[in-house]
Amino acid sequence: MELIDTAIGVFASGLRLAIPLLCACLAGLYSERSGIVDIGLEGKMLAAAFGATVAALSTGSALAGLGVGIVVSVMLGLIHGFASISQRGNQIVSGMAINMLAVGLTALLGNAWFREGGRTPSLEGAARFQPIALPGAEALAGVPVIGPFYKSVVSGHPLPVYLALAAVPMTWFLLYRTRWGLRLRAVGENPAAVDTAGVSVSALRYSAVVMAGVLCGLGGTYLAVAQAAAFLPNMTAGKGFIALAALIFAKWRPVHALGACLLFGLLDAVAIRLQGVSLPGVGQVPVQAIQALPYVITVVLLAGFVGRAIPPKAVGIPYVKER
Amino acid sequence: MSRPVSLPRWADLALLPVINVLVAFFVAGLVVLAIGEHPLEATRILLTGALGHGEGIGFTLYYTTNFIFSGLAVAVAFHAGLFNIGGEGQAMLGGIGAGVAALALGSLPGIVALPIAVLSAALFGAAWAAVPGWLQARRGSHVVITTIMFNFIASALLVYLLVDVFRPPTSMEPSSRIFGPGGKLPFIHELIPGLPKTPLNLSFVLALLAAALVYILIYRSRLGYAIRTVGANPTAARYGGISPERITIIAMAISGALAGLMATNEILGVQHRLINDFTGGYGFVGIAVALMGRGHPVGIILSALLFGVLYQGGTELAFDKPKITRDMIVVIQGLVILFAGALEFMFKPALARLIGGRG
Repeated sequence: MELIDTAIGVFASGLRLAIPLLCACLAGLYSERSGIVDIGLEGKMLAAAFGATVAALSTGSALAGLGVGIVVSVMLGLIHGFASISQRGNQIVSGMAINMLAVGLTALLGNAWFREGGRTPSLEGAARFQPIALPGAEALAGVPVIGPFYKSVVSGHPLPVYLALAAVPMTWFLLYRTRWGLRLRAVGENPAAVDTAGVSVSALRYSAVVMAGVLCGLGGTYLAVAQAAAFLPNMTAGKGFIALAALIFAKWRPVHALGACLLFGLLDAVAIRLQGVSLPGVGQVPVQAIQALPYVITVVLLAGFVGRAIPPKAVGIPYVKER
Repeated sequence: MSRPVSLPRWADLALLPVINVLVAFFVAGLVVLAIGEHPLEATRILLTGALGHGEGIGFTLYYTTNFIFSGLAVAVAFHAGLFNIGGEGQAMLGGIGAGVAALALGSLPGIVALPIAVLSAALFGAAWAAVPGWLQARRGSHVVITTIMFNFIASALLVYLLVDVFRPPTSMEPSSRIFGPGGKLPFIHELIPGLPKTPLNLSFVLALLAAALVYILIYRSRLGYAIRTVGANPTAARYGGISPERITIIAMAISGALAGLMATNEILGVQHRLINDFTGGYGFVGIAVALMGRGHPVGIILSALLFGVLYQGGTELAFDKPKITRDMIVVIQGLVILFAGALEFMFKPALARLIGGRG
């Protein structure tokens, strides 16, 4: 029984750790499917986390926090869009700039406004997203295995978790079952063909960048307003980059993205649990080895040693209309 | 809408970059204004803190050393058309290389141990960058993504080595023991008596030397010509008998070696032991430095100096004005990368109209 309890605990924390990854991963999916490389996922999430916390602190409403978080993130996304779509600048350089601006500005403003070394005061009550108990969680609690699993893995999460999970089928539907999705996928592979068909390449790419902003906004808000209940400097701690790794692992497909993020979240949860634990036969596994695993997997996948990952064809290349 | 605009050479090479950087600093001034401080006063404190006294200058040049190395690293890869954002990881590996050599050879005289330690830093950095280079050249995986991943792997590796291998059993802190006397690069104030005590050390000279060598390599050597040709047009390079794959791997290795040498300043020059987080984001600053310096070693030394002033002055500024923390430097970095890098040509059409209108 104890083993099952531990497993359920690890699952629940793995899911929670996967949510910010999932948001950023889906954000990157829209962006890269449209042909815009986005290494600024990290920065957008961080800025959103800060914006959301400040808004939630001043209004006392977590939902207002979510709104502001999304707005902040979309604004950064539009800067990235302006640089890479309208100005045809280098998308990697622009993404780096977004990341640095976010790290610097959030710490600077946080310190100037709250005088606590960059962190904000804690969010309490309605200013923080509270866990939602799904119907039947209490009634099933007595059933072995299924009861605790339902109670702490399926139920009992704050709103952004369910929003992020709902974004997976929504993304699948938008991408594969709508006209916009078809065009979005086309513009990432062959923008000239889309342009010839009389559809605006810029408008499609801007819409993708905005979607990426919305999702990063959700992820950042979740980190600060639900998980940590405060903003801490550089609290995204590389999650935007792991999400990028998950995106490659998922080969730019939404449902696989969920799988990849859950796997990476679970790895993280296991790494936390294994800290200082000696495994039978293996001895102590260095935590760092497990932490480095997502990155190693990505490198191996990208190199095509196991199941080659091929990005959208036009990704990273600015579109220049021929005259 | 996309008719190419052309500028006279001097405007393209000098005026446009200067305008971009000025815009970046203007926006940074607005940020300072927004948190309720006066930008001009902040600039004055910053400049006096960095250049107003001997100690400040020593610290400024110490930071400059890091930025020359990381800027050169980014620039060499840039010339080959590659974006190496793995400077952080390569510097960490350089630190491990320098640390291993200095720990092993610290009891030997410095004249023997130090060249080996410096070389070891460069080799470790080169190897760590050559792998992404090889993966790009032979397996087609994008060097940007791979170097990002390699940064995280390097950081995990460094922490593991510090906690489980190098840490003396009696110590709680994740760091190695202090190197023997042979593993320490001399401070400048030890070499030239009378100078104030600062962390500035011999690696500054090494950085200037590296800049000169990079100049010769890129603009005066056969290999440099091959690197620039591959960067400009890989297809043409192949017709000219140059193998873009080979050049990709070589350019990444040289880039990684330069990033690895950053460790000579921090590990061999100042800390005299292997510690965690000694790269402090300097590898990323290299991107801003290389963009601002337009990839030319002289430009890189100048922009590294500017960032050295910002780092040292920014530290003093944070003392005087607690509201303007050192994070302001990161903001400026971001703005420089945005305006001098991603939005490089934003003002080009307007500038072309302006100059064209006059002539």
